[in-house]
Amino acid sequence: MDSALIPEGVKRCPTWQFLLWIGAAGAVLLWGVFAMLLVYIKGLNQTNMNNAYGFALWIWADLAVIALGGGAFFTGFLRYLIGIDKLKNIINFAVLIGFICYSSALLILAFDVGQPLRAWFIFWHANVHSMLTEVAFCLTCYFFVLCIEYIPLVLENRQISKVPFFHNLSHNMHEIMAIFAATGAFLSFFHQGSLGGVPGVMFARPFGFREGILVWPWTFFLFTWSAAACGPCFTIFVTKLTEKIVRKKLVKDDVIELLAKISGWMLTGYIVAKIIDTWYWAAVTAPAKGFSLMDFYTNNPGSAYGIWILVTEIVLCGVLPALILITNKGRQNQITLWTAVILAVLGVCLNRWVMILQVLSAPVLPFENWFPYFPSWQEIATTVMPLAYGVIMISISYRYLPIFPQEQELNPIAAPSSQALKAEPEAAELQAPPEEAPGAELDPAKA
Amino acid sequence: MFPFSFEWVWDMGHMVFHGGLWYALSIIGLGVTYCIIKAAVETAKNKDGHQH
Repeated sequence: MDSALIPEGVKRCPTWQFLLWIGAAGAVLLWGVFAMLLVYIKGLNQTNMNNAYGFALWIWADLAVIALGGGAFFTGFLRYLIGIDKLKNIINFAVLIGFICYSSALLILAFDVGQPLRAWFIFWHANVHSMLTEVAFCLTCYFFVLCIEYIPLVLENRQISKVPFFHNLSHNMHEIMAIFAATGAFLSFFHQGSLGGVPGVMFARPFGFREGILVWPWTFFLFTWSAAACGPCFTIFVTKLTEKIVRKKLVKDDVIELLAKISGWMLTGYIVAKIIDTWYWAAVTAPAKGFSLMDFYTNNPGSAYGIWILVTEIVLCGVLPALILITNKGRQNQITLWTAVILAVLGVCLNRWVMILQVLSAPVLPFENWFPYFPSWQEIATTVMPLAYGVIMISISYRYLPIFPQEQELNPIAAPSSQALKAEPEAAELQAPPEEAPGAELDPAKA
Repeated sequence: MFPFSFEWVWDMGHMVFHGGLWYALSIIGLGVTYCIIKAAVETAKNKDGHQH
């Protein structure tokens, strides 16, 4: 039915199967939309946020997807500015993941501001002393950059690229993509950093407070570093997951291994810096504020924030994946590669949880207790919604756009014989390369 | 916010924040405009045979 839209030389599942898959993800999306409407219509009383938790699940999800979307800016930086040509085989997918992550982040922020109609206030009535203002500026601009990086992919659709203007536009955008990539890297450096700067400058909350350089606490640099290290891991993870789902190889191993190696060394550098930062904070910064390290990890309900969380973040989800990714054997073995990228992804999500929610949960005055928080179902539904949105976006993009340049080479399609065409016309239509499918008559060049 | 808005103050905060914002938006806007105009000119000249 839609074979005319499918890229040439690749095979896709039948339309009914595709629609079923999209329908399943769409059902989850609708659940999120329902919760979103409740939040919009009834207000933030639909959440479990309170005076202790001005930031809650949404802001954690926001920071987590922004960190995971960091694969787009860092891979773009490596591809267009450093000139690592091999990464051209995965940059499209990294851009798509970045686009999904950042559009999700903006969507989540639209719930969190409470009155979305006033979202533009941050641009017009900007508080120029707030790191979050800088985050809002950079986030919006970088989303524009991601749109610009994603649009040429859309324009490369088999039918759209037949329109000469769109074909030329796509080509021209590719030509100056380095400028957009540089702008994206600049914007990402600052908004990733400023997100880390927010807990770092809160001197009234010793759990998050850090020293630093000029106006930038160490967390500013750690957040940017961790996004650059773990973002590509998320790109690898989603690529591998997509390969499992579609049951075909989409990117060559040497490309994955190169990105994993770069990511591994970035992660190693980050985790060393993180260990030094943690040690200095525990030995100098926190005691100067009247706290010992264990004050932050004891006497909380159910030991939800026990010392295990620090060990998990730094050792299990930091040191271990870094060690795996910097070794040839670790990268080449599929089990260890999967383990490393999953741990790195979990690690950066855990770090954002700690720096957003544990900071708010820990008591700061002697008479205070830990503040417990559990999100409402509306918060959970609206946080799960971007996952469904991501599945739909990836599925549609994979089906209709040339996202993976190596797919055709890795999965050659044999032309069906004429006998097979007569015997099973329906099956042959699904198996045939799109240029031989019924929709091909739309191609004026062939007509 | 623009420098001619009544809320604008010529201090470092406004210049750095809004200067950065307009700088980034200018690069993005000029880049896209360049691509669109070039594509329109090339299309008008029937120069659509680029190979990727």
